[in-house]
Parts: sequence; structure tokens; C-alpha cells
Amino acid sequence: MTRRVASVDQVSTTPLRLVTVEDRNVQIASTIAVPVIETEAQLKALIVSLSGVDAVGAEARAAKLSTRSIKKSTKLAAIEMAISMIDLTTLEGADTPGRVTSLCTKAMRPDPRDLTVPSVAAVCVYPDLVAHARSVLGSSPVAVASVATAFPSGRASLKVKLMDVREAVSAGADEIDMVIDRGAFLSGRLGQVFDEVVAVKEACGHAHLKVILETGELVTYDNVRRASWVAMLGGADFIKTSTGKVTVNATLPNALVMLEAVRDFAETAGRTVGVKVAGGIRTSKDAIRYLVLVNETVGSTWLTPNLFRLGASSLLNDLLMQRLKQQRGAYVRADEFSGD
Amino acid sequence: MPTFAPTNSAGIDVSDRQLANSQLGSLEYDPAPESAAIAKLESSYGLFIDGGFSDGEAHEQFATVNPANEETLSMVAQASAADVDRAVSSARRAYDKVWSKTTGAQRSKYLFRIARLIQERSRELAVVETLDNGKPIRESRDVDIPLAAAHFFYYAGWADKLDHAGFGVNPQPLGVAGQIIPWNFPLLMAAWKLAPALAAGNTCVLKPAETTPLSALVLAEILEQAELPPGVVNIITGDGSTGAALVDHPDVDKIAFTGSTEVGRMIQQRTAASHKHLTLELGGKGANIVFDDAPIDEMIEGIIDGIFFNQGHVCCAGSRLLVQESVADEVLRRLVRRVEQLRVGDPLDKNTDVGAINSAAQLLRIRELTAFGESEGATRYTSSCELPQKGYWFAPTVFADVAQSHRIAREEIFGPVLSVLTFRTPEEAVAKANNTNYGLACGVWSEKGSRTLWVAERLRAGVIWANTYNRFDPTSPFGGMRESGFGREGGRHGLEAYLNV
Repeated sequence: MTRRVASVDQVSTTPLRLVTVEDRNVQIASTIAVPVIETEAQLKALIVSLSGVDAVGAEARAAKLSTRSIKKSTKLAAIEMAISMIDLTTLEGADTPGRVTSLCTKAMRPDPRDLTVPSVAAVCVYPDLVAHARSVLGSSPVAVASVATAFPSGRASLKVKLMDVREAVSAGADEIDMVIDRGAFLSGRLGQVFDEVVAVKEACGHAHLKVILETGELVTYDNVRRASWVAMLGGADFIKTSTGKVTVNATLPNALVMLEAVRDFAETAGRTVGVKVAGGIRTSKDAIRYLVLVNETVGSTWLTPNLFRLGASSLLNDLLMQRLKQQRGAYVRADEFSGD
Repeated sequence: MPTFAPTNSAGIDVSDRQLANSQLGSLEYDPAPESAAIAKLESSYGLFIDGGFSDGEAHEQFATVNPANEETLSMVAQASAADVDRAVSSARRAYDKVWSKTTGAQRSKYLFRIARLIQERSRELAVVETLDNGKPIRESRDVDIPLAAAHFFYYAGWADKLDHAGFGVNPQPLGVAGQIIPWNFPLLMAAWKLAPALAAGNTCVLKPAETTPLSALVLAEILEQAELPPGVVNIITGDGSTGAALVDHPDVDKIAFTGSTEVGRMIQQRTAASHKHLTLELGGKGANIVFDDAPIDEMIEGIIDGIFFNQGHVCCAGSRLLVQESVADEVLRRLVRRVEQLRVGDPLDKNTDVGAINSAAQLLRIRELTAFGESEGATRYTSSCELPQKGYWFAPTVFADVAQSHRIAREEIFGPVLSVLTFRTPEEAVAKANNTNYGLACGVWSEKGSRTLWVAERLRAGVIWANTYNRFDPTSPFGGMRESGFGREGGRHGLEAYLNV
């Protein structure tokens, strides 16, 4: 694989000023496409050619960016931006249509007393509740996302996974969150992971595909970078950190490595892929740290719900509370906001 | 600076449902300045001699300014030769009567106290440091002050264990140490000097740099608070003449100097054929060597940290980038993009990455040398960041197509200026890295451990970092070879400079 994109010559025009982040995005159009992947050997060759990740350095970078001080109007804007990027999620065995109704209502107008609060990006439910969510949301701008492909373990045959996807899509899902087969990835069967992503993408039809890497089970940053590329090459519209069902969920360094991957992929393949962080993001401070990470790693282009999502449930109430705090200067009781 | 305006221009094909949500306004970081009032600066400071502040004998003063806006922060005393004599006498008295008679455990108690007091007053010290030096508050808060405290903690632990430091049984102190420190890390350099000296049982006369005396004077308050016996540490402010008087004073047993190679050479001449022990930590022209298998994102961050940390006012800065030819274009492209993202401006703003140049004189030197870079044919990339109108500022700059013979590849610029050279083989990398009069620090970036070790064994530099740069720790010795000086600071080795071994 070649990582070269815009040649340095393009940058070094007089009077020797640097290329800006915005200029860079213009350059994406004229980039070299990645080679077509036809065999597993080609895929593996490309994946192992990716630069390694130095764990100490990646963690230090993420920690440094998390010290950015976001205050006043920036904080308010960031809070509203974060709200608009939420995939409001309920993925419990005990989910009921009533709970989903409540969730959808909240998704459309998170704070019923203040309609200037943006609606969230999507609600995320199990496939059997997609139709119900769809009917509650009606023509609202909130999308329905559904986990499929034997979520969260991914341990089923491809046939079953594809059925799962098709049912969710036909029930009205706009977005599918699939899980990769971590067993296949970790044992080196990259072709199988790639083929599954391709097949699921095809089964999605018009629906967007988010590919969950389950970084907590991939363990190393090298694996996270490699899995990101397999998913993107397979056709992912988004790559997503976690199911939220294992011990280690989204972390800043993992998100950093994934953001670097989408940046490099956009430059190499000319296609922009989104990133979704999920699991364990509960506070506004956490959410804002992710926004800063996005802003300073891939640039503001990605600061849109089309390219960045936060999968969460309790986060929304904290964002609403902090938003009111910014406006009123004092905290309100937690019970001011509905539980679901 | 990165703008924060979300757009859909590069978005994936978006459904109507999602479009409505993506029309948010732009989002830029609001200023987040730390309050200058936290520094609680006095309008003037005297000399800290014999446990208290007093005016200089000649009552002369000079101003110390904030390099970010050229405003005067405070007036400080100009110590004359007579004041130096007073300080050295006080240190001698304290050594003879008190400090040489204390036990290691007692010295350790004072060092622990000082360390804790630095931590307690860390916010104040960080603001003082940033005001006086121009460095970003993020760095003084997260690096300078915590590391200064860490040095006192570390050497507090050694004070009662000198028998086990590898210098024989009951190693003896030298006596009175004269310590002259630079302006780039004012408090941290004071800690590097004072902590091992005190742990080993010496008394000190410390002279902070002319342009950055304030944090040392706050440290003097801390020493009082810690009830350190009078005269054990004396802090005298002044210009080069004060430093010269200290170097020449006959009753000083040891000179420790950190600063330019030029002044270091002068000091070595003046202390030659005297009884004075000497350690010098001088300039550098560190090489950061990048192989084609380096972890690219962390390597770019490492290069950035290596040269733009503290505006490049770092003796061990990675001011030369040696990059393997096969990845040179890619590295330069990413580097230049990253340089553009650095946030340059108000040092007190918590989101600032690069602050002000410490003095007008230093700014002049940086401008002169970079002008040479252009006239000698290197390709210059300079950040398009807006620089404040007042104060001393220099935009982060990268020179590509630099040759070994260019002045910007040979001379220490001591500013935010990186020179990029290429190499083809590990042998060539080592040869180029070593082709300098200096020998302070180098970095090696590769995922291949055997190659990193092969290169590190052949580099002539006191510090070699692997897959990182500009990382400091009190447990690790630091110091140079050749014209970068001699002697080690930090670690067990740092004690040797203050023991009669």
C-alpha cells in the first residue's frame, strides 16, 4: 500500500506557508485509490504494511489532548454538538416497547421545555424493536439504528447474521451496527472478516453500516488500527469502538488510533468514514474530550453527526444538565430530566 | 489554528433524516486563560542571603519583563561582587556550623518539606514561571513544576543513603557550591541543582538567569517556609557580572553551570588550575533519527515535542531531524500539517501549545539563523498562525532540504526551528548524527529493537531516547559529551557532582 497522498511539492508554494487542515480536505479529491482487494494475500499484505502504533506515545497524546480547556460558549456549543451526535441506546434483554417509546420521545426532543436543544442523531435498539421505534419516530430527523449480526458476540453463521441484518433493515432501520468476528481477526483470518463486512454492507442496502471492532477484545493498538482498515476496505460507513458489553469499552487512545485510521483512509482511498465511540461515556467532560480528539486529529470536517457519533444512554442527561448549568450558572436536580 | 466549523462537504452520502441534525454553528476554543493574579508577584525583590531578603549593597535593580507582552513584572536586585561575597560567606558559615553537622535523615526531612511546598504552591509557581519565561501554562503546570517537586522528592530519598550510592563508605560533600542556571526551565533547573547538592550535604549560592529570576525568588520563600537553616541556600539575582563574581570567588568549592557553550568555555578557563570542581551542561544540536518502520503518528508527535516543546528553548531539543529517504516526503507532509495545528499565543491560555520567545536578544538570534537557512538554500515552512502584536514571538518553522554544511544544521538555534535532513542507511544516520561538536541528546524512532540498539550504541550523546523525545525523570541521569559539557544531573549519578569522590 502506498501512503503518499498530496505530494510535498503542493505544499511548498511561495510564500512558504503551510497547508491548512481545510486545504487538506480539498486535496482528498485528487488522491490515489487503494488497490482493489481480490485475495486474502493482498489484503494481508496491505494490512501488515500499516505503520505500527507506539502504545506509550498514543496514550500520551490522548492524555495531552484531554487537558484542553473547553469553557464558556465553546462548552455550550460542544454540549449541543455532542447531543446531536448521540446514538441514544437501549440494548437490554429487558427492553420493552414502552421503554423504546420513551427513548424515542426523548431522542426527538431531549429537553421538552426547551425545543432549541437539538434532537439526537439516532436511537439504537435490538432488531425486534426497530419497527416500533420507527413508528414512534415517524418522520422526525432521528434515525433508527439497530445492532445486528449476532450482537454482541458475533458468534453465528454468516447466513444467520445476514438474515438478522435484512430483517432489521426491512423493519425500517437506517443504520446497522454490526460486530466483527474477533475470533477470525485474532487468528489471522482477515479475509473472513473482510468478506463478512462486504456481505453485511450489501445486505444493508440503503442503510448505513457501522462496524464494531470491539477494541476491548482486540487489546493492542496495532490490532485496532488493522481492524479499522479491514472494516473500511470492506465498505464500512462508520467504524465503532465497542459493543458496550465487555469490560473495556471506548477509550481515548483507541478512539485516537481509529481517527488516525479514518484520516489516512480518506487520504489514501478518497472516502470519508465516520467514527463511533461507545460504551462507558457518561459525562459531558468525557464527551467533550472526544470532540477535542476529533477536532485535533481529523479536523472539524468530522465534527458532524454524519461522521462522528457517541453511543450512550445516561450521557444525554448529563449533557442536558451541564447545558442548563452553562445557561443558568447553577446546577438543577437530576430528577429534572426523565430517566429514559 | 484549527477552526471548528462542521461541514458536510466531505461527508458520506447522507440521508435527509440525518441532514437536519448536522447544521450546527461553528465551534472554536474560547480563551481559557489562567489568572495572572495567582502569581502574587511583589513589585520588587531583594537578594536571599542568610535566610532572609535584603537589598543589594549598591541598591541597584533591574526589571524582569513578561516576554509575551513586554510589560515589567517586577524589579529585582542586581547583586554586586560584594553581595556575592556576602552570599558565599553565609553559605560557608552555614556549611561549617550547621549543614555539615546534620545527619542525612535531617537533610532528607528538609528536602521532603521543600518538595511538598512546591506541590502545594504549584499553581502559583506555574503562573510565575509562565509570566517570566513565556512558556505555555500547560507546560509549566504539567512539566516544569511537577518535575521540580519530583527532583526534591527523589534526592530526599538519597540523603540518608549516600553510603549506598556507589561512591564508597561515608562520601563527603564538597562544601560551598556556586550554581548558575539558565532561563529555559528556571525552577526546574534550580531543583536539578539544589536537590542533589543539599542531599549530598553542600550549601549553595544559586544565581538564576537574568531574564527569569522570579520563580527562584518564590522558591526562596518556600525555603523560608520549610525552615531550612539560614545560609544553606542563598539566591542572588543579577546579570553575567554576578555569575562571573561567583565563579571567581575563592571560597567556592564547586561550580555547576547550565547554559551556553560559549559561557561554559569561559567558566572552565576561569576555574582552571583552581581547587574548584566543575560540571557543565551546555548546548546541543540533538538529532532525531527516523527509520521507515517508525510508528508514524507517535513519531510525528515526538518530533513536534522534540523541537517545539518550550519554544525549542531546550538544550537537548531534537533540532535536527534525520529521516530515512524512503519516507522523507511522507514524514515532511505530515509534519508540516501538524505544525500548522500548533496553537501559538497567550502563554497563560491553557490551550496554548507554543508560547513566547524568552527575550528580544534570543528572538534576534533565531531570526538571524533562520535568515541564513533561507539564504543557504533550505526550503522553509512556517506556520501561518497569527502572532500577537506585542512581545517576542516566532512562528514554528521547519526547514527541509537542509545540508550538513548549513549553519542551521550545525549551530544551536535554541528556538522553534527544525532542520530536516535525510539519510539512506543506518551507518549514514549515525555518521550525520555524530557530525556535530555537541553531544547532548538524540532520538531513535523504529519498531525494530535491534536496530534501535545498534544505532544507540554508536551515537555520541549523553541521552538517547527510543520512540520518544524530551522525556525527563529524576531517576535518570542527564548530561552531555564533547561541547555539550560534562557531569550528570539526576539519578544516582547526579550525586557524584556534589561529593568528594
